[in-house]
Amino acid sequence: MTTTSKQVNGASIPPPRSGYRLVVFVSRVRELGLLAVLLLLVIIVGVQVPQFFTLSNMVQILLSVSILAIVAIGETLVVLTRNVDLSVGSIVGFSAFVAANLFKQHPGANLLFGILLGCILGLMLGMLNGLIVSWGRVPAIVATLGTLYVFRGLDFLYAGGNQVSASDVPDSFLSLATVPLLGIPLLIWFAALLALIFGYWLHASRTGRQLYAIGSNPEAARLVGIRSDLLVFGAFAISGVLSGFAGVLWGARFATVDATAASGLELQVVAAVVVGGVNIFGGSGRMLGAMLGAIVLATIDNSLSFLRVSQFWLQAIDGAAILIAVTLDALITRWVQRLLITRRQR
Amino acid sequence: MKQLRKLLSSWSWEALLVVLLLLTLVLGNSLSPYFFTPFNFSLMVESFMEIAIMALSMTLIIIAGEIDLSVASTLGLASVMMGITWNAGIPLWLDIIIALATGGVAGLFNGLLVTRLGLPSLVVTLGTLALYRGLAYVILGSQAVSNFPAAYSNFGIGDVPGTLIPWTLVMFVILALLCIVLLHRSWIGRQIYAIGNNKEAARFAGIRVNRIKLWLFVLSGVLAALAGIVFTARISSARADNAVGFELFVITVVLLGGVNIFGGQGSLVGVILALFVVGGLRNALGLANVSGDVQNIVVGMLLIFSVLGPNVVQRIRTVISRRRLASGSSKRV
Repeated sequence: MTTTSKQVNGASIPPPRSGYRLVVFVSRVRELGLLAVLLLLVIIVGVQVPQFFTLSNMVQILLSVSILAIVAIGETLVVLTRNVDLSVGSIVGFSAFVAANLFKQHPGANLLFGILLGCILGLMLGMLNGLIVSWGRVPAIVATLGTLYVFRGLDFLYAGGNQVSASDVPDSFLSLATVPLLGIPLLIWFAALLALIFGYWLHASRTGRQLYAIGSNPEAARLVGIRSDLLVFGAFAISGVLSGFAGVLWGARFATVDATAASGLELQVVAAVVVGGVNIFGGSGRMLGAMLGAIVLATIDNSLSFLRVSQFWLQAIDGAAILIAVTLDALITRWVQRLLITRRQR
Repeated sequence: MKQLRKLLSSWSWEALLVVLLLLTLVLGNSLSPYFFTPFNFSLMVESFMEIAIMALSMTLIIIAGEIDLSVASTLGLASVMMGITWNAGIPLWLDIIIALATGGVAGLFNGLLVTRLGLPSLVVTLGTLALYRGLAYVILGSQAVSNFPAAYSNFGIGDVPGTLIPWTLVMFVILALLCIVLLHRSWIGRQIYAIGNNKEAARFAGIRVNRIKLWLFVLSGVLAALAGIVFTARISSARADNAVGFELFVITVVLLGGVNIFGGQGSLVGVILALFVVGGLRNALGLANVSGDVQNIVVGMLLIFSVLGPNVVQRIRTVISRRRLASGSSKRV
């Protein structure tokens, strides 16, 4: 049967390759589809409200995208290994408060020190997640559902009902989000740079490919000698660091921070990642897709206020986005498999 | 002697829970002089009845190898339905039926996505966790409906006349007995365990896996709605953000109760014991003026340790037995 299929497909494409190509083709189409949705959305909103197209609003959207995207980069790594990190919202919130509070207490503190503090806090929390999941063998959903509330509780304990507002912190901290570099705010540069670095690393490095291997078949990955435990631990640690970094930027952007900052962000992050075509079962998906997902969700978020639709719709839309994305994935997978089977039978 | 040991090992988790419960009582007593009063116990039980109701169906679902993260959002949606239907002048009994039906539809939607499309319940219910809560916000916004009739609010906070036994506890006991019979004494219960242990084998043995799962999700939705009705009555207010984050308590109670997160194992007796541990702990911390968000640190840690603990013990055991084997073989050499 294999020889006939080879003849049908042409000698240059052996059957398993053609299956692989089909999958790549489907994922490209998916990303293009997402791009089409984005364009359609922008045009519809733009036609109704011309102010939507102004440069300042585009910058606003990109600022929201940036924070979401930085967290989504880490989440993508975790989801690729067939895990999930629900604690990211709490890490962002905790780090945002710690950083903002640092500059409130010590207005003269070095900016770099504040960033480092947020990153280290995120790293420690992420490593804790990683330890519980990879060494403790606790399913990621249980572990990070627990730490979601533990980290948030620690944030409350630390904040003790206090709030940091824009007037409490030095302008240098706030400028972290807004100061332009070549006409584009620094925050957007950070996100773009991180997405590029991690996207390339995921695509081209050995470790990056091993993350895919773990997600598509954990048992096989172990058998070929991939150190799954270490890599899953690493994915959670990176997710923690990036969330910690995003937290500092959150503090700089919104300036007003209390212990409830960024609560519920995890749902938007997971939505961005699965909408972007990263398979929730792990093993497939691209950084570019996840970033597109983040852009689409942040754009929806922004256009709601332009269309004078209540912000209350936001959470429902995040939920619907997750459901639509995984449903589409399941249907596409079914269709691809059926197609591959009929091809083989030919 | 051997039988005794066997009995002890099968009851060891429940024994651990009893010890935990005693520790909780000791802690509560040392934190507040008001802890060991009949009145406080009555209040305490009342305050976790909605969690208790949701824990019943969550136990069945997790034993069947699935999970429902959307219960607290379904509770919120049902609470909002109670509020708007009452505001619209619809009689209370019909409001309750509408709220229960809303929960049933919410559960059915979860179940259909899981069984028809073969999607993992974890992702589906994470999506509906956001969707149902979002719908609750869309319907009621930041308003609150609180002009419910006294009879309804009394059901939430009232006791059986002449005693300190809350009405909601009476309702929970009846529901719990029904669920215990269903899970531990009926063929459906045995099928639920079979599905959780090995879905494929269960299917080949002629069990209608998808149908049972679908009904479990519907049950979960209906019970979450019932919990919403109880919660709304207790605080006498229907709001979109009612019981946000309660899925944490429900899942913690079930896993602490000894139910295996991968399905196939666990009992309702353990879950009910765990319910009193978590409820007692929250009550004791509350009496000591620890805020709800800080209480969550303890509950979140309990959740992780209820899975981590047995795993770590298992790991240490294997390491020890391996070492024993290694040292034994080296002696022989």
